[in-house]
Amino acid sequence: MTEAAPTPALKIENLRIALPKGSDRPFALDGLSLEVKRGEVVCLVGESGSGKSLTAGAIMRLLPEPHVHVAGGAIFVQGEDILAKSDKEMKAMRGERVSMIFQEPMTALNPQKTVGWQIDEVLRLHTDLSRAGRKARVIEMLERVHIPDPASAYHAYPHQVSGGQRQRVMIAMALCLSPGLIIADEPTTALDVTTQLQILKLIRELQEQEGAGVLFITHDFGVVAQIADHVVVLKQGEMVESGPASQVLNAPQHPYTQALIASVPSLTPPPAKCFDAAPVVLKGTGLTKTFAARGGLFSGRRKSVTAVDNLTFELRRGETLGVVGESGSGKTTVSRIVTRLLEADSGAVELDGTDLLACSPREMRAMRKHIQMVFQDPMASLNPRKRVVDLIAQGPIVHGENRKKARAQARELLELVELSPAAANRFPHEFSGGQRQRIGIARALALRPKVIVADEPVSALDVSVQAQVLRLLADLRDQMNLSLLFVTHDLRVAAQLCDRIIVMQHGEIVEAGETAAIFADPQHEYTRNLLSSIPGRDWTPPKSATNAA
Amino acid sequence: MSLPIPPILSYALRRLFQAVPVIILIMIGTFLLLKLAPGDTVDALVGDMGGADAAFIERLRAEYGLDQSVWVQLWRYMAKLAMFDFGWSFVYEQPVSRILLDRLGTTLLLMATSLSMAFTIGIVLGAIAARRAYSLTDNLISTLGLIFYATPSFFLSLMMILLFSVKLGWLPVGGIKTITGFYTGWDHVADVARHLIMPTAALSLIYLSFYLRLMRASVLEVAELDYVRTARAKGAGETRLMVHHIMRNALLPVVTLLGLQFSTVLGGSVVVETIFTLPGLGQLAYQSVIQRDMNTLMGIIFLCSIIVVVVNFLTDLLYARLDSRIQLK
Amino acid sequence: MTMAATDLPPPEPSRPVILWRRFRRNRAALLGLFLFAIVVIMALTAGFIEPDDSLRRAGVPLTAPFINWDTPLGTDQLGRDILAMLFYGARISLLVGVVATLISIGIGIVIGALSGYFGGWVDDVLMRITEAFQTIPSFVLLLTLVAILGSKIEWIALAIGVVSWTAPARMVRAEFMSLRDREFVDAARNLGVSNTAMIFKEIMPNAIPPIIVYASVVMALSILLESALAFLALGDPNYASWGNMIGQGRAVLRSAWYCAAIPGVAIVLTVLSFSLLGEGLNDALNPRQKK
Repeated sequence: MTEAAPTPALKIENLRIALPKGSDRPFALDGLSLEVKRGEVVCLVGESGSGKSLTAGAIMRLLPEPHVHVAGGAIFVQGEDILAKSDKEMKAMRGERVSMIFQEPMTALNPQKTVGWQIDEVLRLHTDLSRAGRKARVIEMLERVHIPDPASAYHAYPHQVSGGQRQRVMIAMALCLSPGLIIADEPTTALDVTTQLQILKLIRELQEQEGAGVLFITHDFGVVAQIADHVVVLKQGEMVESGPASQVLNAPQHPYTQALIASVPSLTPPPAKCFDAAPVVLKGTGLTKTFAARGGLFSGRRKSVTAVDNLTFELRRGETLGVVGESGSGKTTVSRIVTRLLEADSGAVELDGTDLLACSPREMRAMRKHIQMVFQDPMASLNPRKRVVDLIAQGPIVHGENRKKARAQARELLELVELSPAAANRFPHEFSGGQRQRIGIARALALRPKVIVADEPVSALDVSVQAQVLRLLADLRDQMNLSLLFVTHDLRVAAQLCDRIIVMQHGEIVEAGETAAIFADPQHEYTRNLLSSIPGRDWTPPKSATNAA
Repeated sequence: MSLPIPPILSYALRRLFQAVPVIILIMIGTFLLLKLAPGDTVDALVGDMGGADAAFIERLRAEYGLDQSVWVQLWRYMAKLAMFDFGWSFVYEQPVSRILLDRLGTTLLLMATSLSMAFTIGIVLGAIAARRAYSLTDNLISTLGLIFYATPSFFLSLMMILLFSVKLGWLPVGGIKTITGFYTGWDHVADVARHLIMPTAALSLIYLSFYLRLMRASVLEVAELDYVRTARAKGAGETRLMVHHIMRNALLPVVTLLGLQFSTVLGGSVVVETIFTLPGLGQLAYQSVIQRDMNTLMGIIFLCSIIVVVVNFLTDLLYARLDSRIQLK
Repeated sequence: MTMAATDLPPPEPSRPVILWRRFRRNRAALLGLFLFAIVVIMALTAGFIEPDDSLRRAGVPLTAPFINWDTPLGTDQLGRDILAMLFYGARISLLVGVVATLISIGIGIVIGALSGYFGGWVDDVLMRITEAFQTIPSFVLLLTLVAILGSKIEWIALAIGVVSWTAPARMVRAEFMSLRDREFVDAARNLGVSNTAMIFKEIMPNAIPPIIVYASVVMALSILLESALAFLALGDPNYASWGNMIGQGRAVLRSAWYCAAIPGVAIVLTVLSFSLLGEGLNDALNPRQKK
């Protein structure tokens, strides 16, 4: 340690965190060393299972002990050895000298206490301020995180404020006592892209004002490019790379980092293909869906939400149409109306000239083989009680295929989605997320559909797996001349996969056109806002880096 | 916004409104049971008089409306029930409603003592067990809970009588008060309390085990939630976490169970009141079964159902009070 | 680099093996299994202990236990062999318990599945009926049914089933409602699977584990209800029943307390065995809570 330098906000030396016996590896974290200087943002990057969140737990001394515990190394928060502290001393440090912002703003606040009470609690725990003094301080904090009308927000319950506002409340809580170190564990992952940018800016702004050190945990290289001064990359508990942000992002040294960065989809769409000659396969006209809020006799008010409003689109053979929007834009409702998992109020969905919405239940069941779906959550979309071969063969069997033949085809499909034939007799829980999504794709393909509707098929996957699944989907589409209706919130993914996109806001299309054209020159203000909010939009992942190693 | 009713009340009223079809269904149900039972009012009346000729029986049937169609009978029956008119008891030679009124107090008293004891001790022990999960204390409490759960109240009652009344002579064997005592004022209260100790214990232990188990599970679940972790990260200590963050949320399912189980506890009073000869509705129900006094039995069923509906209304209010999300929905 | 994540993990052992391993970890559950086995053996071997009639006079009335080895656990006030009645009582308890549980869970599954799967007005109607049943104190209803139907053992089992289906129905409903919203159900619908197949082939297999766990609770409650009826002398007089033995023992509580205590302990241990079994099954079938 150099004596002259000021004490860093955080210094971790050779940290090791042990997992309980019977886990897939003995150490969640093995030999992590890093330093967060005051006024610096250090990003700890890794995929799921890399041990990045446990690092935060170790610094706060909030690991689920004794199952998971620190097995070696040292942690210094502002020069003080955290691991040597008593529980009581540690309690005094939490919230005052080191504080934390969590991922899920929906669940991180106590539903039974007002926002004001919960920020106030920090002051009550660590200061001797009077009641009035505390309240003034809380309102000041709410102002600093730019919450409109702080005085009334003080008395609001968490469920009365939006996700983005809740995350602001969390930040106000974390910064209340100007701690020297802030740990942010995926603080923007659950947020929409426009909100995400605002929160990232807010964290940066306040951190510069306070001069605090920030340990920012994330899986998203776009976010890293947006906010990091210094980057540490974790792979399965091992630190593979550490360096200044510009260096790691643009000239990564370790092959793992290179591969990760190469998996980040570029924001520059490939040149447009022309589909004018191809026939229209799927055509939606005037689709409208309103959700009536269930109101009772005494509830007083009834609100209805128009999820999709007069939506019209065309999808040609071999084409991929992206439906892009933030949460609440109605994009998921579109995917469900088109497949009639949800009944539309009005409009028509024509598949090769047959209006699906006018079909009787029996006719619809027969039509379903032409339009299949890939779902968002690979965990939830496969029946846990069925073997993989039965999952894939189910569709053809329902539609009258001979059982034996359907099973044989299912095994072939497994090969097509690059899974070993041994997978056929396993149950879904034995697979990783990416593998499950491959099974989901195989199931959709089993009926040889004309159209595949994919609802956020890669948003639950790690970025490297995401890239592989997207490539598979694109290959299969080209091979089988499929049409793809691709619903996503991720503009990077849309840029790479979709030929055309429609941008939705509040149930309406605000802009539609060729992907390349929209990305190059967005016409609508909302689209412009959306595109400019993409984290790390100024950074182009160095594709060539993969070959450099 | 449009109605001037406070949200909490509107919520509770909505719930109460849902009880209307339930009560109608129960009315129909009791009517069906009456029809299923061998013999009707006239048979009972005739039996009471020691026999009568056929013409007179016909007249009686007409008088009681028993010659009408089933629907008319049902309609009349429901109209009567709605006015709390349960008919005549040929065993007690008085209107059923009067008998029920006499017996209601004792049962409500027993319910109040048993449930408050089961609830309080249950949630306290449950919370302690959860906070020291998988320790010796937890194992002890949980085992005790299992044993309480497995012990039938009648067996427990007998064993308590054997120990506390027969062997030790500390507590009275039965009754609600000492008949020869003629106590007044606080002495009367103390006398009744002494008589209620064993029945209360017998009735409450099994429910205590329910609350204990649910509370333990609930606290363990809430303690894992994100916002508890947030509070920990703020520097809150274990006591503070328990009092301000865990307790209230963990109580919600237990309060629900309190409402759901009230009718079961009422049912349990049959055995306990019978053993300890407490003059309540439960004992009356048993006697009515033995004496085939269907009017009284149906009266008890209907009255108990109404009590259950009222208690559920109260627990809904309590729930809404505890859960800030409901008040403002 | 292992990023080409298409390699499969090693295969898992078969499902029964996994279930048994998880069950075995809970020592209390093993105790429950042991107690349960004893009760089953008692029920099966009752005929060997007393081939003729368990209710016949076997010795001097009110013989204390461990005095006469013809009646090892003593006799009651009518001179009946307590041990023999205990064994036959196990039969009745299990029989009534199993039949009542099947009825109760059967009704519960039908009502709960329809209610939870279809929702809407079907749910409204079925839930009002369930609430009506739940509002009436079940033991009072049970007494009434027995008063109307009579005390034959078949009717008692039926009546117990009829008064205890509401809790399973609610549980199945909740289970179906949560499963109905899972994506795999949408996925199946998207393949063109019909409603019937959806209920029985897609959702039901996933709802079975909690139903099995719950059945152990219903079983315990049914045994308690039967014994309470018999205690109140409303059981079938033709069969020995633990509840009835306690009821009879009440009369001689002062002089011969063992007459009530022995069958009482039998009930406690039997009910305990089902609770423990249920917890073990829960650990085995719903391995969410690891610890």
